[in-house]
Amino acid sequence: MATVVSPRAERHVDRLERIWAERPGLIGWLTTTDHKRIGLLYFFTSLAFFGAGGVEALLIRTQLIGPNQHLLSPQAYDEVFTMHGVTMIFLFVIPMTTGAFGNYLVPLMIGSRDMAFPRMNALSYWIFLGSGLFMYYALVSGHAPNSGWFDYVPLASKQYDPGNNIDFYGYGLIFNGIASTAAAINFIVTIFKLRAPGMSLNRMPLFCYAFLAVSFALLFALPALSVACLFLELDRQLGFHFYDAGFGGDPLLWQNLFWIFGHPEVYIIILPAFGIATSIIPTFVHRRMVWFPLVALAEIMVAFLGFGVWVHHMFAVGFATLTTVYFAAASLIIVIPSGIQLFAWITTILTGTPEFETPLLWIIGFIIFFIIGGLSGITVAAIPFDQQVTDSYYIVAHFHFVIFGAAVFPILGGMYYWFPKVTGRMYHEGVGKLSFYLTFVGTFVTFFPMHILGIMGMPRRVYTYPSGMGWTFLNLLQSIGAYVLTAGLVLIVANLVVSYFRGEPAGNDPFGGDTLEWSTTSPPPPYNYPVIPTISSAYAMWDKEDRERDNRRLDRGEGLIQLGHETPASTVQDAEYDEILAMPPHSPWPPVTALSLLGMFAMLLLHHYAIAAGFVVVGLLMLFAWHDKEVSV
Amino acid sequence: MLLWWWMLGASVIVFLGAVGMLGLAWFRRRSAGLPIFGEREDINQRLVLLFGIGIPTVVLTVLFAVSNIYLIGQTAPPAVASTSMTIDVIAHQWWWEVRYPGTQAVTANEIHIPITTRVNVVGTTADVIHDLWVPQLARKIDLVPGRKNRVLMYASRSGTYGGQCAEFCGFQHAHMGLRVVAQSPAAFRSWLTSMAAPATSSTGAGAQAGRQLFMSAQCASCHQIRGTSARATVGPDLTHVASRSTLAAAEIPNDPAHLAAWISNPQAIKPGDRMPDLGLSRTQVNEIVAYLDSLH
Repeated sequence: MATVVSPRAERHVDRLERIWAERPGLIGWLTTTDHKRIGLLYFFTSLAFFGAGGVEALLIRTQLIGPNQHLLSPQAYDEVFTMHGVTMIFLFVIPMTTGAFGNYLVPLMIGSRDMAFPRMNALSYWIFLGSGLFMYYALVSGHAPNSGWFDYVPLASKQYDPGNNIDFYGYGLIFNGIASTAAAINFIVTIFKLRAPGMSLNRMPLFCYAFLAVSFALLFALPALSVACLFLELDRQLGFHFYDAGFGGDPLLWQNLFWIFGHPEVYIIILPAFGIATSIIPTFVHRRMVWFPLVALAEIMVAFLGFGVWVHHMFAVGFATLTTVYFAAASLIIVIPSGIQLFAWITTILTGTPEFETPLLWIIGFIIFFIIGGLSGITVAAIPFDQQVTDSYYIVAHFHFVIFGAAVFPILGGMYYWFPKVTGRMYHEGVGKLSFYLTFVGTFVTFFPMHILGIMGMPRRVYTYPSGMGWTFLNLLQSIGAYVLTAGLVLIVANLVVSYFRGEPAGNDPFGGDTLEWSTTSPPPPYNYPVIPTISSAYAMWDKEDRERDNRRLDRGEGLIQLGHETPASTVQDAEYDEILAMPPHSPWPPVTALSLLGMFAMLLLHHYAIAAGFVVVGLLMLFAWHDKEVSV
Repeated sequence: MLLWWWMLGASVIVFLGAVGMLGLAWFRRRSAGLPIFGEREDINQRLVLLFGIGIPTVVLTVLFAVSNIYLIGQTAPPAVASTSMTIDVIAHQWWWEVRYPGTQAVTANEIHIPITTRVNVVGTTADVIHDLWVPQLARKIDLVPGRKNRVLMYASRSGTYGGQCAEFCGFQHAHMGLRVVAQSPAAFRSWLTSMAAPATSSTGAGAQAGRQLFMSAQCASCHQIRGTSARATVGPDLTHVASRSTLAAAEIPNDPAHLAAWISNPQAIKPGDRMPDLGLSRTQVNEIVAYLDSLH
């Protein structure tokens, strides 16, 4: 709530508090439909999976610390590196960005009181949790997927992988995809329809443009993966032949479908990072982004062009030269919108008055790593070069700079940046900087030598390597780097945990932030804003007159929308006031529906098809209960 | 790999330029606007245009023309009739079968080619996707079920070139190496003639016992030794196994000690490999080693 300046305003706020009150305790968390609570659930769950994926990474680096190590058998190594990839992509980065950051921040930034479909939002979370537990049960029980996160057939076919390892992957990703699809639809509707009246598209923060682009990309990319996994399971369970060359199928069908999903996926991972960068930079350099409309367009262009480049993962499969050349050209074109954003960030920092505080440092690290990852990406669009280095450690270096250096660094910076908003307390600045430097150095030392190893010929996905190849020293160095990197990450968590209990009170707006979320209390109340905010630019917090006007409106009781559990909807483009939407309150059905889906996939895995059908019926019955309780105040 | 050094040089310039701008931002952290130009939003936009669109367009066009229009010809499959010999490479989990069409010669994990000769390599797979990669002689080429991929292999100097599988293919992907021996055309011809011939085994008593054991134990149900009753093609052809320099897909050197260790316990050397532990006694192993070592 904005500063409460009179008893009258206090009365209005009290009424909103009553209407939007959440249930207390564990039941409250299980049945919540509040986007902020769901965001936090996503945050802690994906952070736990990040920890698991990190342990897997450390196992990999420990195995490769020297030649001919046997910490892991080849069977165990294959499971660990597969789960590392699956975890980091599907159970950490996507749920962390769209689930945690997007859920918590998008409604706040657009001045809404919740996401467009709060129950579906909760359902997305519970399905994501279910799919994560489903796949991790495989690891715990010793049947983890073991054909790589890319899962190429026929290695992943029943013939060459007869256990149920791959079924955990196939069903798990279909399951997981439902959550991401629902979340993407929710974001698109929320961003298009729930912006505070007055926030026309040209006044929407760049952060929201990034999430809009990501949501569209997810919506169009995921079906390819789901279909690929469905075909895979039909082949494996019912003896279909989609991928079986012996019966007229084609293993390259899997690769095409997988990468039609998989390359847009790369941009799905990195676009939220761009969005976070465009939030942090203006705040800490005290100026607006250079050339806002071009940057917004570039964000959307990246998501769009990302759909036309997938064959660059397949330059070695033996396609005709013309095919590969087309996709190389498309891949090079993506450099342009990426370059626009890159130099817009740099020029903004250069022409502003930057304060190099912890969040901005992470963004500087992100920019440096994004340049390295981008440049190595350009080199592999030179097909003759790619045909030497593909499937070598050069590629591992490239995508870790892009995915870890460029996508995860802004996530870590964003954790610091919005920590005061979420908890109401400040983090420790000195420890924050130290954690950045440790992580930065660790990342560089872990991943940079991989370029050299790749050029020296070290292939990817090997559980060990011989001595005498000249690879030993660099591998040792990388493993040490991985431990330094881990120390940096542990320090972040320690800083935030201690600060949660001991930090200085942060106030509403400790940094002089640029977007709307800094105008409400820290942490924000369940209804986000007592008055629906006035918007006249994309940097709403810097429009001081608007914010003062909102305080006066609160005093007078204008624009409160306090007759029920409600939020206003506006038109798609100009955000003219459209109607008042009744928002559903807490509901037990999302977790129960997710549970019945978990039951269905578990039964499919065990070939109990009748019981699986039973779970489907239970899930459908849930839909009747879905609307049982509408708003009543 | 001149291309690589040019790309590296250009990348270093771009990287230093961008980091230099960030460094400049640090030095000027207390003053707004650009040096010289001051706070001019149109100049800022022109900087983004120049570095974000202008320069990349030029550089990328040049890179595209050089690599993907000009150099790419070198990596295309050889034109029909432009090569004087063809070799079939068939990948298996986790070894390489090598055939010389037009002759009886079959070998494993060791490709012999004549120098200064354009060789058309036809790559296929017997099971999952593999990738044939001999970095000094040719590009990477995936070996995909249902496809016959061709690649040009050319050596200008004689020598032994290392190679390995470059596509993840299961438990022993890490240990799926091969050797390419490039030799003078004359030496190559005599090698090929001897490879094409059936096995000639020495008449030593140990070798004879080993031969009998080989045929009666499980060995013959997977391996072929041309000229004997062992005709299975699951594992590598062993007709001239003693002439190869390595065993187990270039994992261990081919000498009696390593061969004995491999036969006694292949799973210890390559866990998950298709060759099972046979439970042979030490004497039996030594007899089989004596037999196999006589197969030149």
